[in-house]
Amino acid sequence: MSIAPAAAAVTDADLTARYYDLDEHDHPEGGSTMLGFWIYLMSDLLIFAMLFATFGVLGANYAAGPGPRDLFDLPLVALNTSMLLFSSITYGFAMLAMQKGVVRQTQLWLVITGLFGAAFLGIELYEFAHLIHEGATPQRSAFLSAFFTLVGTHGLHVTFGLIWLVVLLVQVEQRGLIPANRRRLMCLSLFWHFLDVVWIGVFTFVYLMGMLR
Amino acid sequence: MSAAHEQGAGHGHGHDHGHDHGGEAHGTMRDYVWGFVLSVILTAIPFWLVMAGPIADKSVTGLIITAFAAIQIVVHMIFFLHMNARAEGGWNMLALIFTIVIVVIVLTGSLWVMYHLNANMMPQSHQMDSLP
Repeated sequence: MSIAPAAAAVTDADLTARYYDLDEHDHPEGGSTMLGFWIYLMSDLLIFAMLFATFGVLGANYAAGPGPRDLFDLPLVALNTSMLLFSSITYGFAMLAMQKGVVRQTQLWLVITGLFGAAFLGIELYEFAHLIHEGATPQRSAFLSAFFTLVGTHGLHVTFGLIWLVVLLVQVEQRGLIPANRRRLMCLSLFWHFLDVVWIGVFTFVYLMGMLR
Repeated sequence: MSAAHEQGAGHGHGHDHGHDHGGEAHGTMRDYVWGFVLSVILTAIPFWLVMAGPIADKSVTGLIITAFAAIQIVVHMIFFLHMNARAEGGWNMLALIFTIVIVVIVLTGSLWVMYHLNANMMPQSHQMDSLP
């Protein structure tokens, strides 16, 4: 009774081995990480596209509340933009130092990148606090709901980028520039520059276009 | 024989892949500096156009800053994200093109439909206003 199923199982395994290629291609560790991360970024781009479309549709519905001209402070936005741009090139320098294999230099540029990122977040939080203090809360109008969702989602991404950066600083300190850490740094590089690309859309279509309305 | 051959080919592919990606994804100092200088210029001009307002027509200013944003996004893609048609065997570029198609459909579709919805609702609200 119990022998028959066992025999059948053996035969099945045998058949499987005969007809299917059980020994798959070689998949080196991390070989598909960069492509996978890129596809994640593309899906993230879709999220931002939805939020931009929402802002595009609702951006003029002020509900008799304050509009962009009453709220936005362009010199502050320009300062914010420059912070993100500086953090982009300093991350680039960190990647160049990583290629040369100099641990200290990589860490130094990463710390500088983190400081620029933190400055960006600080300025954005100051702006949000200022708006909310003036009564321009997300509940005030469709324009403000769309504004806070779009810009807030970008800020949340920068926050997670900063957390990731700190984690990688610890990893590099502990293990050095091992292949896994290099891969992680390259993923964060893509993420960081991607956020800068999204910010180009934000400052152009939200702030500058808003002031033109 | 055939299995061994396939495995060998698979390994070769994997190696090529890794090597290819290693060669493509890195930038040089020239790339980063060029990207940064171009970005600063492409950011400063739109801010100046809006803040100083040298062009009276707002829709013309809007079109110009949109063009600057599009150029700056391409600059970032090339100099910072190191995009090219060969990275990851072309799959990066294919994923990007697919995403851009979806993004364009989402953006133009939403704006177009909602604009016409607004425009078509307009006479009704006028009627409401003109009621005694």
